[in-house]
Amino acid sequence: MSLSINDVYKVARLARLGMTEQEAQTAHAQLLTIFGLIAEMQAVDTNGIAPMSHAQDISQRLREDVVTEHNQRELFQAAAPQIKEGLYLVPQVIE
Amino acid sequence: MQWEIVIGLEIHTQLSTSSKIFSGASTAFGAEPNTQACAVDLALPGVLPVLNRGAVERAIKFGLAVGAHIAPRSVFSRKNYFYPDLPKGYQISQFDLPIVGQGSLTIQVPTATAGQTYKKVVRLTRAHLEEDAGKSLHEDFHGMTGIDLNRAGTPLLEIVSEPDMRSAAEAVAYAKMLHTLVRWIGICDGNMQEGSFRCDANVSVRRPGAELGTRREIKNLNSFRFLQQAIEYEAQWQIDTLENGGTIQQATVLFNADIGETRAMRSKEDAHDYRYFPDPDLLPLAINNEWIEQVRGTLPELPLSKQARYVADLGLSVYDADTLTSSREMADFFEATLNEVPKEAKLCANWLMGDVSASLNREDRDITQCPISPVQLGGMLKRIADGTISNAAAKEVFKILWSEGGTPDTIIETKGLKQMSDVGAMEAMVDEIIAANPVQVAEYRSGKEKVFGFFVGLAMKASKGKANPTQMNEILKRKLAG
Repeated sequence: MSLSINDVYKVARLARLGMTEQEAQTAHAQLLTIFGLIAEMQAVDTNGIAPMSHAQDISQRLREDVVTEHNQRELFQAAAPQIKEGLYLVPQVIE
Repeated sequence: MQWEIVIGLEIHTQLSTSSKIFSGASTAFGAEPNTQACAVDLALPGVLPVLNRGAVERAIKFGLAVGAHIAPRSVFSRKNYFYPDLPKGYQISQFDLPIVGQGSLTIQVPTATAGQTYKKVVRLTRAHLEEDAGKSLHEDFHGMTGIDLNRAGTPLLEIVSEPDMRSAAEAVAYAKMLHTLVRWIGICDGNMQEGSFRCDANVSVRRPGAELGTRREIKNLNSFRFLQQAIEYEAQWQIDTLENGGTIQQATVLFNADIGETRAMRSKEDAHDYRYFPDPDLLPLAINNEWIEQVRGTLPELPLSKQARYVADLGLSVYDADTLTSSREMADFFEATLNEVPKEAKLCANWLMGDVSASLNREDRDITQCPISPVQLGGMLKRIADGTISNAAAKEVFKILWSEGGTPDTIIETKGLKQMSDVGAMEAMVDEIIAANPVQVAEYRSGKEKVFGFFVGLAMKASKGKANPTQMNEILKRKLAG
């Protein structure tokens, strides 16, 4: 599996990361090293082994369906750049 | 040439938990903006999601109700996209290992003939748990957008069907059946105005027997009427486009209810590249058989099984059975009424679907707000069944029960509504009528049978409408024969 410089730009765009050509090339080189490691791991015979979705082989603990959090809007909104009528204001987004 | 419309639905049902799927904030509707958005919902640094047992339980309940496989192990994934009402930059959802696997739903689809339906089985692909996003308010903020995160983190069960529906009517019947079911098993309040039940419709058209056409997805339909209109418009638009030599591009479209049209959303080419991956903050969800069986024990008798029982054991029509199982409350009311008059299923059905429903509609109430209890209604029906009152008198009793309450027997007594079944008294009335109308009697006896109606009218009038019509007819016939 190879990764082109264009793939790097595409992923950067999806992640909303601005990259200079220099940065993209550095990232490309680093990612290729990681891909090399993945290729090495993929060579291992994993037949009959169930894939894990988490590094730890344990399962999710659940919480009871109870309301435990109460209104702290003022505290949270103290850190917001702009608020109005209880809403957080952001630059307009329209699709 | 014929076209075939192919529809699959994705329905988001908001689960009726008290708290959010990954945080302890309240899910109550209608609170002041951002008063129910806690640190987890706001995605403040360092917070971790903890899964709500109540949300999982509701998903299991749904899976069991549609005969689906419940995954012993399912996984939460991150669906990545940027939008201000999604503070984390990703939605926690399920991707390749959803909690509920393939199932099916049997629907009754209305036909053009009133009261006629046909049965169809719609296959469900899957159902998965995910969190809702917040709300963006685009108006009145001088070029800014207002964000309310109260809804962020509300548990949703997204139910995905196979592209099994072939008309807007089938899609609506499926959505309605699902709407009934989720309320029936108590996992969702079904309130469409508040967004608790939202439909996305995937629509394509093809020549019968051909490969599936390219689909367009209509987003966020929040009423059955809009679902119907949007699908009809969209399918016709696709047919017209193809017949004019055009092609269909895969797209997401919005339905504008004011003009009744669908229109493609402007979206960037990458908009659907969500880069799903397992959420490292959440371990796999394990569900053992013991838990599944415990949830199965809490399932009520399902609408389909009730329908079948009403038809087979009570002799009701499919249409009646379907209407009576339109909600669990309706079915409960019907069964409680039937309990009072166990042999009169059809009579109970007729009154519930007739006078009771009409009166409820007139006052814009639902069955849970019916001023007449099943015991009162059943008590009245018992008096129709045993011949104490006529149908006409019953309507009178019903009116009084509705507006003033009371017990049917007392009303019948005080209003003098008892049907006359004193044969001697009725015979005397008939004798009098015959003596007073010799011309008509002669006509009748010479074979003019139409005159019989004239005598029935006189007899009912003489008895002030209280005569038992069957008995009175029988006496009239006997006496007129001479």
